[in-house]
Amino acid sequence: MNIEVTVNGQRRRFDVEPNTLLLNLLRDGLYLKGAKYGCGIGECGACTVHMDGEAVLSCMILAVEADGRRVDTIEGLADGDELDPIQEAFIEEGAIQCGFCTPGFIMTARALLNENPDPSEVEIREYLKGNMCRCTGYVNIVRAVQAAARKLRK
Amino acid sequence: MEINRFNSHIIPIRFDYHAPKSLEEAVRLLEEYGEEAQILAGGTDLIPKIKQRILEPKHVINLKVIPELACIKETSDGFKIGALTKLRTIELSPLINEKLPVLGEAARVIGSVQIRNRGTIGGNLCNASPCADMATALMVLDAIARVDSVEGTREVPIGKFFDGRGQTIVVPNEVLHELTVPHLPEGTGSAFVKVGWTTFDIATVNVAVTLKLDDEKVADCRIALGACSPAPFRVRRSEEALKGKKLTDEALEEAAQIVSEHIEPRERWRRAPPEYRRKTSKGLALEALTEAAGGARRLTK
Repeated sequence: MNIEVTVNGQRRRFDVEPNTLLLNLLRDGLYLKGAKYGCGIGECGACTVHMDGEAVLSCMILAVEADGRRVDTIEGLADGDELDPIQEAFIEEGAIQCGFCTPGFIMTARALLNENPDPSEVEIREYLKGNMCRCTGYVNIVRAVQAAARKLRK
Repeated sequence: MEINRFNSHIIPIRFDYHAPKSLEEAVRLLEEYGEEAQILAGGTDLIPKIKQRILEPKHVINLKVIPELACIKETSDGFKIGALTKLRTIELSPLINEKLPVLGEAARVIGSVQIRNRGTIGGNLCNASPCADMATALMVLDAIARVDSVEGTREVPIGKFFDGRGQTIVVPNEVLHELTVPHLPEGTGSAFVKVGWTTFDIATVNVAVTLKLDDEKVADCRIALGACSPAPFRVRRSEEALKGKKLTDEALEEAAQIVSEHIEPRERWRRAPPEYRRKTSKGLALEALTEAAGGARRLTK
């Protein structure tokens, strides 16, 4: 099936099978390896990308469903060499260990800060509860989102 | 999780994909492919089921492109909620939060933001899980499901929507179109409480309550439970026991006790043993009743 998707601001055409997952299109078709495969059933959040600005799980969405839509991935977040304030904050606060969950966390955090520029710690934890990290724990991640929110508000 | 026996990184079967632009087109497709088709709403239940080969449809019909199916409207006799309305939309809707707060609360505790950005109210119901949070909330709201097919429309009260064997009454050539919810009487307090393994897990027990007071006496009360019986259900005995009574701690305690006596938890261990559900349903019912009573008191002051 022919579909047209705007990926990280670029309009692109694809010919995909109906059973292709959006995540596979991104990773194997476009070599955008930021979004990860974790659980495959919607529990870990490692495959989080934005579709029309909303945080969604790309391993549970058919690529054909993205037809005519905008998809943004972690690769589209930085502006050239200029990292997004959330990416910077994750580095500065040590919110990364192995890094597998990081693209998902950052994309979810991005959606949160787009909706709510000044979230409380409770709101951050609530919004990020669909993302799992198995090495650092969540303290530094929450701290990074708070730091990024402060930066973005300036 | 059983999923680990499979490769959840791909969809292991092939199917034809349809994206009808109107409801008429959708019901025509269902008439043609019915048995071999699955309706795709949010996909948060369907896609994992296909990955595990629990379902192997030859046709997948995506309803998400039909705009009329995703809406929340207030009418003279209540509310209309399109089956494809996303859980996130319900959770954030000022109309829902003001007029039907129990539905907003139930939507808010489903999965994660990512799940709610895709999952729909109709999908939550048609997946026919006894744990569906939307179903429990819609039960106390006396919602009516409108189901369409090429033959026309039928309306089914939500209490008759589940057949108690993990199925809904929606047959293969039909589609859930919308839910109609009557207005709640002024001064009705409500609550939705849920417990699961984690805060974004599926419910091990969920309870929805609406309660209306008349001079400290219970004028009306509705109690529904999910995940405790083959289908979500209203606990009429408990409701009757409360009606007309003065709102005392003893009355609430008694109503909660009746709730726990009327559940039919499965014997096979599923998230919890039956004894857990007996005890928890009582505790959660008491919590929900107390919260709803508090709300009703505030509203009638």
